[in-house]
Amino acid sequence: MDSDLSPQDKKDLDKFIKFFALKTVQVIVQARLGEKICTRSSSSPTGSDWFNLAIKDIPEVTHEAKKALAGQLPGIGRSMCVEISLKTSEGDSMELETWCLEMNEKCDKDIKVSYTVYNRLSVLLKSLLAITRVTPAYKLSRKQGHDYVILYRIYFGEVQLSGLGEGFQTVRVGVVGTPVGTVTLSCAYRTNLAFMSNRQFERSAPIMGIIVDHFVDPPCSSQRPTHMGQPCNYRAPDEEDGGTFAGVQDSQEVCTTSFSTSPPSQVGHSPRSFSLVQNLKVFNLSSKNDKHQQFLTVSTLDDLEFSPFVYALGLPLQVLHAGKEGGVVLVPAQPPHGADAHLTVEHAPNTPSSSGDDDGLSQSAEGRRDEGRRSVSPSDPVESLSAFTRKVGAFVNKPSTQITAASLDLPFADSFTYSSNILHSQGSEGSGQQDDFVMVDFRPAFSKDDLLPMDLGTFYREFQNPPQLASLSLHISSQSMADDLDSLPEKLRVYEKNIDEFDAFVDMLQ
Amino acid sequence: MLALLHTILLHRSTGKFHYKKEGTYSIGTVGTLDIDCDFIDFTFVRVSSEELDRVIRKAVSEFKDALSNSGSDGMGQISLEFYQKKKSRWPFSDECIPWEVWSIKVNVVNLANEQERQICREKVGEKLGEKVINVVEVINRHEYLPKMPTQSEVDNVFDTSLKDVQPYLYKITYQITDSLGTSVSTTMRRLIKDTLAL
Repeated sequence: MDSDLSPQDKKDLDKFIKFFALKTVQVIVQARLGEKICTRSSSSPTGSDWFNLAIKDIPEVTHEAKKALAGQLPGIGRSMCVEISLKTSEGDSMELETWCLEMNEKCDKDIKVSYTVYNRLSVLLKSLLAITRVTPAYKLSRKQGHDYVILYRIYFGEVQLSGLGEGFQTVRVGVVGTPVGTVTLSCAYRTNLAFMSNRQFERSAPIMGIIVDHFVDPPCSSQRPTHMGQPCNYRAPDEEDGGTFAGVQDSQEVCTTSFSTSPPSQVGHSPRSFSLVQNLKVFNLSSKNDKHQQFLTVSTLDDLEFSPFVYALGLPLQVLHAGKEGGVVLVPAQPPHGADAHLTVEHAPNTPSSSGDDDGLSQSAEGRRDEGRRSVSPSDPVESLSAFTRKVGAFVNKPSTQITAASLDLPFADSFTYSSNILHSQGSEGSGQQDDFVMVDFRPAFSKDDLLPMDLGTFYREFQNPPQLASLSLHISSQSMADDLDSLPEKLRVYEKNIDEFDAFVDMLQ
Repeated sequence: MLALLHTILLHRSTGKFHYKKEGTYSIGTVGTLDIDCDFIDFTFVRVSSEELDRVIRKAVSEFKDALSNSGSDGMGQISLEFYQKKKSRWPFSDECIPWEVWSIKVNVVNLANEQERQICREKVGEKLGEKVINVVEVINRHEYLPKMPTQSEVDNVFDTSLKDVQPYLYKITYQITDSLGTSVSTTMRRLIKDTLAL
């Protein structure tokens, strides 16, 4: 292979690849500094303007990159990776992206090194410039400040994508074939920002959906709590341990203790940054007087546009609505009743059911009778804000479940308060465990105006709690069955009498 | 008004699409600039060349004016074409042979209130991101690029009129169709049909 290349070409190629790698790192890191980059075009090139692009060289970045490369070049099996992660001021961190410069064995012998390869590498760098502004981490990095910072790490060798959570997306920036292999530049970025949002929001402005999502979304719940509970090691792939819900409990405690007042302006940053949170699931629970398992309905939310609504019978619920404007409207709950508070205390420390139940919860209400667990950390009593409402249970698929709800409040920054309720349902089926549900208050979307909440909210409420269908209730249905059965013989007699009429009718139809 | 703003946004970001193609002819380097879109939450990179920026903006605002004049629910298409000039020996003028054409279809939307606008903003921002990725993908296929010309032929391939950067020869054209979907060709067709029907 090497013999096909002239020594000069080989040298050039190595040089190109080395500087390409260095420039790639520069571009990526500069794109995540949080500032807009501006360089000038000039008609007289300088020595450091590789690939005809004016990319400034930040000395420490170069130093780090050279250290990671340690004299080697990215080659087959030796990829150069730049990992971008986010670290909050509490010390939690989360991997956001991994950029990989890889080489594979597919060679392009006919290509001219000094010319075509160079130009294509240059085009690839330009593509990199563009793509670095498109991934979600760019927006996050533009807003970094005292809440969180963006960190980078360069490593060489095997690509590690495990810290990106489930459902991460990959975008390929481009490929360039060379006589010794094909250079590929790609980026894998996280789409599930739930952990981050949970923490972020609890510090500044909780968004209802996020909180729920934290506990609902299986990958999130299985991974994040352990992170939150421990000093972050973003490389640790050991998030999938069982018993992660114990971590949930920890995280709750961590959450509560980490509250601090932060200016409302910070809220403005959050919602749009986390518009990538997917699969928000909300559970509707209703309470009736029965021992049966509670049914759950799930609505999936996108982009925090809708506020999930959950009901508890006779208990205050809170809903946080991620306003598009970045404002989070919180409705506080009243301090729990004595009994409810008791339940809260009782059930909150219970070991949550496994994350598998979350999957169960996410099924449609018709089929499932699973129990899930929602828990929110207890908090101080919340001051009341406007628009506090009490809701009645909704979406009853089966009559009756004994549910008691306890309301928990999360303290919140400044004028924001958040509280959620834990529902305890005594299930006769399912896992047999006692589970809690979080009931969150309902705040209709787009309720910025004064008038809208009244209409939309009332509408939702009214039609969330349809009265029990008569035919669905057991007593009545059994009764009607009996009645039907009784009346059948009579009806048969009448029909037999009129059989001639019916025959004539049928003939007419034919 | 909203519709106009909407189109402006789109247009301010279309400017970047063709910058990928530009090259420097071993003369100089190309600087880059991050531009934030005013109305959409999107940032794109463009070449730091004021002249080029001016040219693009002018073309885009013409397109925008044409769109807004056509009615409230217009559709339009703006095309960026890269071409090569071929000198003909005959007493004909030079031929322009396009080797790459980018077409961007634009729909003008009327948004009723603030909430809709917000949703739209986010959607457009995401879509733009996807489009950038598409553009990059296509460009990286390296399908065809004109050969690097010799000194004398530079003008046939590159636009040397700008002093700091040198993009490939390009031209921007646009066409507008109004909400009824009519355009020059459809009107002609209709006319012919009508005359034939008589």
